[in-house]
Amino acid sequence: MNKVGIVATGITPFTMDDKKIESVLLESTKELLKNNPSIPKNEIDSVIVSTNNNSKYLSPILSEMIGIKPKIAHSIENLCNSGTNSIVSGYSYIASGLADLVLISGAERYDSPGQILDWDNSRGAFKHPIFWASIFTSAYKREFSIKDEDLAIISVKNHKHAQKNPNALSKKTYSINDVINSKAITGDLKLLDCSRSCTGSASILLASEKIAKEISDNPVWITGIGQKTISAGFTKNDSLSSMESTKISSKNALKMAQKEIEQIDVAEIHDAFSVCEPMALESIGFTNSGNGLKFAKELHESDNFKINPRGGLIGSGHPLGATGIAQTIEIVQQLQSKAHNRQVENAKTGLVHNMSAAATSSTVLVLET
Amino acid sequence: MSFESELSNGNFCIPKCTNCTKIVWPPSEFCDGCYGIVSLLKGNFEGEIIEFSQDSHGYFCMVEFVEKIRIMARKKEQPQIGQIVKISTCGIKDESYFFEII
Ligand SMILES: [Zn+2]
Repeated sequence: MNKVGIVATGITPFTMDDKKIESVLLESTKELLKNNPSIPKNEIDSVIVSTNNNSKYLSPILSEMIGIKPKIAHSIENLCNSGTNSIVSGYSYIASGLADLVLISGAERYDSPGQILDWDNSRGAFKHPIFWASIFTSAYKREFSIKDEDLAIISVKNHKHAQKNPNALSKKTYSINDVINSKAITGDLKLLDCSRSCTGSASILLASEKIAKEISDNPVWITGIGQKTISAGFTKNDSLSSMESTKISSKNALKMAQKEIEQIDVAEIHDAFSVCEPMALESIGFTNSGNGLKFAKELHESDNFKINPRGGLIGSGHPLGATGIAQTIEIVQQLQSKAHNRQVENAKTGLVHNMSAAATSSTVLVLET
Repeated sequence: MSFESELSNGNFCIPKCTNCTKIVWPPSEFCDGCYGIVSLLKGNFEGEIIEFSQDSHGYFCMVEFVEKIRIMARKKEQPQIGQIVKISTCGIKDESYFFEII
């Protein structure tokens, strides 16, 4: 299998702007190409667009807008983990020898249709993500005797981190009291516990080992990939206080990279709602069951940016199709020591966790310099 | 009658494979194990509340029936974990199933 490296990235601010998806898509792609003038644009032989938007033929459209004629061009939709699914597909094209240089661009509008999974009728009338998040939160609080103020630390920490991310949607820090006194969405969910669907775009360029070494001084290598789909329907989750698909994905990603969890220096975790972060931290193996919030609180109190340095989904905003790519870009910047005032010192190995629809499916990537 | 036409008439049925007897959930015309034809069991089934929360309209619960059939259902009175309940009202509205339990 050919080695695959990340050789360029492009990301633009996440907003609530009402723009055409094609314009949003072009923003980060333009940024990527502008910031990396040495990239041989005409050698990009594959373009993958990650989005839940209903517009058609977006990958050929993007290719035409940037003036290239790739061999492979198509979209990928898999709800919230469309981004890392696109990266895994791009990886596979290169690893198999089908392509050498793959552009992956994710984009979404604030009104993304990817928020609601119409098919999942076992959810009855409760199809909005706030309902599975409320059930997860209630189950997690019950199982581990957690209070709302304990859970609020995730939102406090991630909004704090977001203030050091110029592309983040959040422009404000919040206290524990602010979080627990924010508008009640349900009995178990406050407004500040939720990530916000927004408009945003993020792009990444993958290259084969040979080309990566030619066009980049410091490529970041994708050394581990783990993916698992348990179901499409939320009610098929056996456990409501842990993430089975995440457990399997992270185990396989770490095994492929020949790493132990202790060797992960920095991680992006899919905190669609506050409760998702401790659940994921435990399921990935950063800490034992029920200790995720203690782990996050210690990081927050020591101002350690190891988990969700860019502010996670809660702080950065959640443009669904762009999220997994934005998470990956953050880890690339961390490993290249380009994360400015949110830099985690000596970060050599990083992890990305991206999931969909109440963790019915997960992707975990391990990245290394 | 299909699961959905029964549900539209207010009847919650349990889909079961006529070939291998597996309970098929979510409802489908064919068994997800052997692709056999699915029939519908009728009855006043009992389920157990395994988790719940609430919003401004009342409580919403995850209810588990036989062989891990789970649905999300509305409940007016305070639910208890482990409480045995039955579907009082169900149907299809705006292309979505809805269930109410007592
Ligand atoms: Zn069968």
